[in-house]
Amino acid sequence: MSVENINVALIGNPNTGKTSVFNQLTGLNQQVGNYPGITVEKKIGFCKLPHGIKANILDLPGTYSLNASSMDESVVIELLLNKNDKLYPDVAVVVTDVENLKRNLLIYTQIKDLEIPTILVINMADRMETKGITLDIPLLEEKLKTKIALISSRKGTGIEDLKNLIVSYKTLQHESCLNALEIDPEYFTGLQKLFPNQLLYKLWLVITQDVNFSNLDRNEIRNAYTKSHSELKRLQQKETIKRYQFINNVLKDTLKIDATMAKDIRAKLDRVLTHKVWGYVIFTGILFLIFQSIFSWSTIPMDFIDSTFASLSSWVAQELPSGILTDLLSQGIIPGIGGVIIFIPQIAFLFLFISILEESGYMSRVVFLMDKIMRKFGLSGKSVVPLISGTACAIPAIMATRNIENWKERLITILVTPFTTCSARLPVYAIIISLVIPSRRVLGILNLQGLTLMFLYVLGFGTAILSAYILNKVLKLETKTYFVVEMPGYKLPLLKNVGINVVEKTKAFIVGAGKIILAISVILWFLASYGPGKDFNEAEAIVKERTAEKQLNQVQFENEVASQKLENSYIGIMGRAIEPAIAPLGYDWKIGIALISSFAAREVFVGTLATIYSVGDSDNEATIKSKMKQEVDPETGSRIFNFATGISLLLFYAFAMQCASTLAITKKETNSWKWPAMQLVFMSGLAYLVALIAYQILK
Amino acid sequence: MQYTIHSLKKGEKAIIKDFDIDVIPLKLLEMGCLPGSMVELLQIAPFGDPLYLDINGSHVAIRIETAREIEVELIKTNL
Repeated sequence: MSVENINVALIGNPNTGKTSVFNQLTGLNQQVGNYPGITVEKKIGFCKLPHGIKANILDLPGTYSLNASSMDESVVIELLLNKNDKLYPDVAVVVTDVENLKRNLLIYTQIKDLEIPTILVINMADRMETKGITLDIPLLEEKLKTKIALISSRKGTGIEDLKNLIVSYKTLQHESCLNALEIDPEYFTGLQKLFPNQLLYKLWLVITQDVNFSNLDRNEIRNAYTKSHSELKRLQQKETIKRYQFINNVLKDTLKIDATMAKDIRAKLDRVLTHKVWGYVIFTGILFLIFQSIFSWSTIPMDFIDSTFASLSSWVAQELPSGILTDLLSQGIIPGIGGVIIFIPQIAFLFLFISILEESGYMSRVVFLMDKIMRKFGLSGKSVVPLISGTACAIPAIMATRNIENWKERLITILVTPFTTCSARLPVYAIIISLVIPSRRVLGILNLQGLTLMFLYVLGFGTAILSAYILNKVLKLETKTYFVVEMPGYKLPLLKNVGINVVEKTKAFIVGAGKIILAISVILWFLASYGPGKDFNEAEAIVKERTAEKQLNQVQFENEVASQKLENSYIGIMGRAIEPAIAPLGYDWKIGIALISSFAAREVFVGTLATIYSVGDSDNEATIKSKMKQEVDPETGSRIFNFATGISLLLFYAFAMQCASTLAITKKETNSWKWPAMQLVFMSGLAYLVALIAYQILK
Repeated sequence: MQYTIHSLKKGEKAIIKDFDIDVIPLKLLEMGCLPGSMVELLQIAPFGDPLYLDINGSHVAIRIETAREIEVELIKTNL
């Protein structure tokens, strides 16, 4: 028996459970990547079908129709129009929600008209009974000229039927739903005459869509036969009306809804969740819960990870034969990896909450609730999602701005999102707060350290909102306001979907950030372990001479040598070079090194200090925190991480644009270097100024 | 003055009559906002904007400035 490989594309509106179907078909057998050149997520999974057939399942971004209004949607059209793409589907599976069948069928009729074999999936079948919905499937199949799988991705029923339908895709009909000639006979007849060998609907898409095509020359078609923008839109409206007429006709005899059964829990929940008082109380409560989980619950696994890696380092140092490789491992690589792994609990918690809020349908209510308020600051209700996601990471947050239709609101959201306290700032905050803020209770229940952290979050949000307000006044951009938010029905989030989402997102973040952090750790270790000239290479002799009259024991002597070496290593030289610029902020050259290395990624700060303090330190078992606590100014003997320096550092990291990935994504999403450059100058300038003022007042 | 979605009160239903196609996003049309469709105003956001509608079975929220552009005819109910 020969093994056949087929491509299956999953297509459908948002909120139809398309991703649940994908998860059901593929399980954890998924690969998440990006489409080349753009940051749209590309999800491919693998599935074994009956008769030994293997399928590559492609989960395309959710789209309402083939009229692309965003990059995510363009991906769908580009793939479906390009027969040479190696992912071009042998069969398309259009996923619909039984409760929104009419609207969901719109894209089905479009896909069908491209003459791609198309299977219709009607999902959420388990809700039919409570909603009083009955369907005549055989008649529906006949009228839609296809095969239908009635499934419940939630309950896992009907998946086998779907697999069987996919296997026999060759028997599907190719007949279209709407003859494009019906939209405007005169126009389309003329078009057909010019390009007799092309499918009319395909030509129509090429004319109306601003997407790339590899094998159809768009300009040739457009120049030959085009109309004004307004006329084209009128024809698109006509097309939409024609399609709805077709759908209404089909559903007239096949879909029955018993209105008396539709006792709606949605209306009741909406009344509470969008209430002018309770709506905001509940939203605040949920935010509080999210921050509570990040600040307090995740510290338990984080402390465990921190101490585990510290003991692993010392175990490696003791057990392996001493030498350069062991040093690299115990002082460079292991602390470096530890600095990445420690993020997992916080990021996982954040993605957990965000994906629950999105899956349940609650996020749309927040958008609805916040739109008017956010608009006062030049933002959109839809900016709330990026600003909340920004507490995990600015990169997915900036990508999440894509569904903001208004360009000015979207641009402002992109520019201010990096002010929100992302998880990369957390380790920096956590370690400095624990060093300089006493762990004391105030007002009975509140912990002073927790309050400081909360203040920094409020500061981040506040600065984001304030900057948005200023940008709104300063930026002169004329844009049309579009704002359309679908309010999906409430659903209990599926454990499997949430779980897969959290695992995938966390993995992507850890691997992406991890590579940078690990590379930087190794480079740092090298730069800290080697140096030019005799100040470094003859450190022992120099220290012996300098400390001749002091009675040093062996340990004290070795520490002196180590610090002499570090100070004259390559990195020590770099740190001392920038010391004059950062001394007014209260930082010494070691902190300077950490500032330089964390320019590409904030989280590297802690890892760098860990590496710096590990080099030449025999006592690997001590955690980073205790090493930082012991750090004193060699001249005055006072602690380096004192209150003034600590506050100055906290403020610096609150504002500074220390993230190369964010700059890169801003460039990608705004298609210009102007906006990332502005972010960098404005944010880092503000950071320097605020940190300077704070230190000078507090010292 | 013409009667638009903006003129509706909470809970009122109407039939969409006409709108200027150039100011209405295509996405809204695709969600079923077409002449002849039924629309019901379900909720008004706390500060009076946006509006939460049921258009032809699709649940969507739009801003007043868009709602103002969509002319409707009120369905009289006997309640």
